[in-house]
Amino acid sequence: MADLLQGRTASERMSPYDRQGSAANLADILERVLDKGVVIAGDIRINLLDIELLTIKLRLVVASVDKAKEMGIDWWEHDPSLSSRARTSDPEVTSGDERLAVENERLRAEVSRLRAREIEDER
Amino acid sequence: MSDDRVSYVYAVGKRGPALESAATIGAAASGHRGLRTVCEGGLGALVSSVPAEQFTEEGVKYQLESLDQLEVIARAHHAVVAAAWEHTTVLPMRLATVFLDDARVADMLRERAHDLARLLEQLEGHVEWGVKVYADPGAAPTTAAAPVATVSVGSSPGRDYLRQRRARRQAHEQALRAADAVAARVAGAAREVASAGVEHRPQQDGPVSAGQGENVANYAFLVPSEHTARFQRAVRSQAADAAGVRIEITGPWAPYSFATTDAHDGSPTEDNDGR
Repeated sequence: MADLLQGRTASERMSPYDRQGSAANLADILERVLDKGVVIAGDIRINLLDIELLTIKLRLVVASVDKAKEMGIDWWEHDPSLSSRARTSDPEVTSGDERLAVENERLRAEVSRLRAREIEDER
Repeated sequence: MSDDRVSYVYAVGKRGPALESAATIGAAASGHRGLRTVCEGGLGALVSSVPAEQFTEEGVKYQLESLDQLEVIARAHHAVVAAAWEHTTVLPMRLATVFLDDARVADMLRERAHDLARLLEQLEGHVEWGVKVYADPGAAPTTAAAPVATVSVGSSPGRDYLRQRRARRQAHEQALRAADAVAARVAGAAREVASAGVEHRPQQDGPVSAGQGENVANYAFLVPSEHTARFQRAVRSQAADAAGVRIEITGPWAPYSFATTDAHDGSPTEDNDGR
């Protein structure tokens, strides 16, 4: 088996098709690195439930997180149910939080509006 | 190992020169100059040192809540795994698998040696391909909508409007049905060639992705490397005559979706690992 591994070159492993390098779709990568792969409990306990919640919400709202970023949608950073940051009581960030909460509200309204229109279009 | 650094494990492979060069290439691909192997018995882990305060439970949570930071971490993890995979068979670890130091990584390799070696054996000589099937009425020939829209002789604008809406809805439903049928055929055809298959959750359509269609099926298949071309042909041919259906193939991926301890029997199974 070791001989097999050593005898194989990079070009043999690569197919003539697209490589999933830096250009790979972020949603496809997140699907794999957050949900798949060997799960080994390391020394640092990571609460995967929180991470799953995040990705599920991501999936529900946007097909492509790349697109979401282009649009500046980053509501999960400010959703108290998701983010420890949004719960912070640091007075320094309060004004920023308020501003972002307003922005968040606006984006939510925009999303519902677009969604309603889309549903309307389908009928 | 200084006390403010911890050991982040990207992947595990068989110890040897191939894994060593994977570390070198992975370091170049990801920018982690400290990427190294930690070996124990017949296995080796690809490891780098990361700041301890960023990889406490709170630290990781904080990082993953920022999409920018999540992207950086996810792409760095993937870059190492993908670069290593080009050199040798490796098992990708779940994101943020962190140990206090290299000695603890070696302990893990020793304790999990049996499982890890068996998985490596199973995945040897395979690659993972992602296959997504979309219902995309926009891409369909206008045969469904056009005739209805032109039958407007002597009718009111309101009626025309309703007709057009109905035509659009019908085109959409038709595309969905066609896509479901294609998805079933894809699963069947892929199974002929693939060693295993799983079904991921479809990627949800959002308000910003209109026009790309609705993802009705999201599969991952484990395919013997030598059957790559055959697999691609088998999958693509399933949508050849289906209007309004689009197939997207991604890969080759390191076998993330199959690097689990569950058994796989070759047919796509529901994605319900531990939830």
